[in-house]
Amino acid sequence: MVIRLEGVCIRIGSFELTDVELALDSGEYAVLMGRTGCGKTTLLECLCGLKPLASGKILLDGRDISHARPGERGIGYVPQEGVLFPTMSVRHNLSFALDVQRRGAREIDERVRELADLLSVSHLLERGVRGLSGGERQRVALGRALAARPSVLCLDEPLSALDDQTREEMIAVLESVREQTGVTAFHVTHNRAEAERLATRTFVIEGGTLTAAGGESPR
Amino acid sequence: MEAVDRRASVGSDVPFFATFATLSIAYVLLIVALLAADVSYTSFADLLDALESEEIRYSIRLSFISCTITAILSVWFAIPIGYLMSRYEFRGKALVDGILDIPIVLPPMVIGLSLLILFQTAPGRAVESVIPVTFHVPSVILAQFSVACAFAVRSMRITFDQIDPRSETVALTLGCNRGMAFRRVALPEAGRGVLSAGTLAWARALGEFGPILVFSGATRMRTEVLPSTVFLELSVGNIEAAVAVSLLMVTAAVVVLVITRLVGMRRRGW
Repeated sequence: MVIRLEGVCIRIGSFELTDVELALDSGEYAVLMGRTGCGKTTLLECLCGLKPLASGKILLDGRDISHARPGERGIGYVPQEGVLFPTMSVRHNLSFALDVQRRGAREIDERVRELADLLSVSHLLERGVRGLSGGERQRVALGRALAARPSVLCLDEPLSALDDQTREEMIAVLESVREQTGVTAFHVTHNRAEAERLATRTFVIEGGTLTAAGGESPR
Repeated sequence: MEAVDRRASVGSDVPFFATFATLSIAYVLLIVALLAADVSYTSFADLLDALESEEIRYSIRLSFISCTITAILSVWFAIPIGYLMSRYEFRGKALVDGILDIPIVLPPMVIGLSLLILFQTAPGRAVESVIPVTFHVPSVILAQFSVACAFAVRSMRITFDQIDPRSETVALTLGCNRGMAFRRVALPEAGRGVLSAGTLAWARALGEFGPILVFSGATRMRTEVLPSTVFLELSVGNIEAAVAVSLLMVTAAVVVLVITRLVGMRRRGW
């Protein structure tokens, strides 16, 4: 198992999500569904270390990361609307994680080129991020999260603000990212069609608990 | 017919625009009239005369240097205070928020008097024994800083309020600690806000008079800044020099204001 959640409970204010049990193999693509405000985003934020767990454990590659700091987890995060760094070019958004890790210039350059090819944003590298379209922003946000080769990727409604054609293109991009990187993904969405296209596993959050859709066991 | 009557009962928009426009124009005209009065009262020769006085040249120098130091210090303090107040909730935050606004609402003379008394206490006297403050140049900077910093704090807080905090949380997931996320992501985004807080503090410091008069005095060639010059020249009846120096301050303030506006416009992408 790449990632395993054992008895995870989250309590933030009046919000509560209890006894989350879940395990994903390498390369699995888990789609999390549920109504607005049910805690999908909060669960992703807890996985990334941005919100604390009330109890339970998160194991990543056998390592207990339940209380590790976000930057030490090795989990990539694509928030809603991408949230690119507005003062940086596309290139610097993509190289951010590697710059922080003080990787060598040549390694950074190669990785940025590789990501730009994978996500078809090579022609945008020197541009600022302000003028990018919704689809371009999401591609760059995806590349930024993938740069340091995380073993798990958390995507928060990455396709929600896109028109139909761009959404189709992004689904194809996500499929090729999964094939080529073998990353394990959590993808939050409201859209059932999107879930059917991408998911190898589907989970639903309802009434403060997480259940596997279609009667399968969450483990 | 009833429907037609109802439409007719909406009434004209003219009184609304007439009232709002009249009040707006009246205030704008008052400001323009103030400046026009200054300009009409003085001449270029008066300005040159004023600039020839060594005392006034000293006061210009001290004003510009002290305001610049005050602006830099204010920004230095305002960035962390504005950031913490914008990003974090903590016990007593409302109280801290209220305290930070005190210099804005307190009468200027009271600030000067409070500074004077502060430096008569044991810790104040200990500082004075190392660096003379009261009635010396450091007191000018401290008096300006006490007020100007509060404006810079307010400005920086608004700046950070307008920056999406999610950028920093993304940076955390990409390997940053809080300090790195602030330095690499939040601070560059706040760049123009920093400049505008700095210019605001500078302009505020330039006009500071009450606290300086009480805490620093208005000793020529020592603690005299431009507002003190206006006061001193007026008190000896040299109105031409007072107006000339006032115009100098108006010009400096307008330049600073224009810079801030231009920066603000570019920030909003105009």
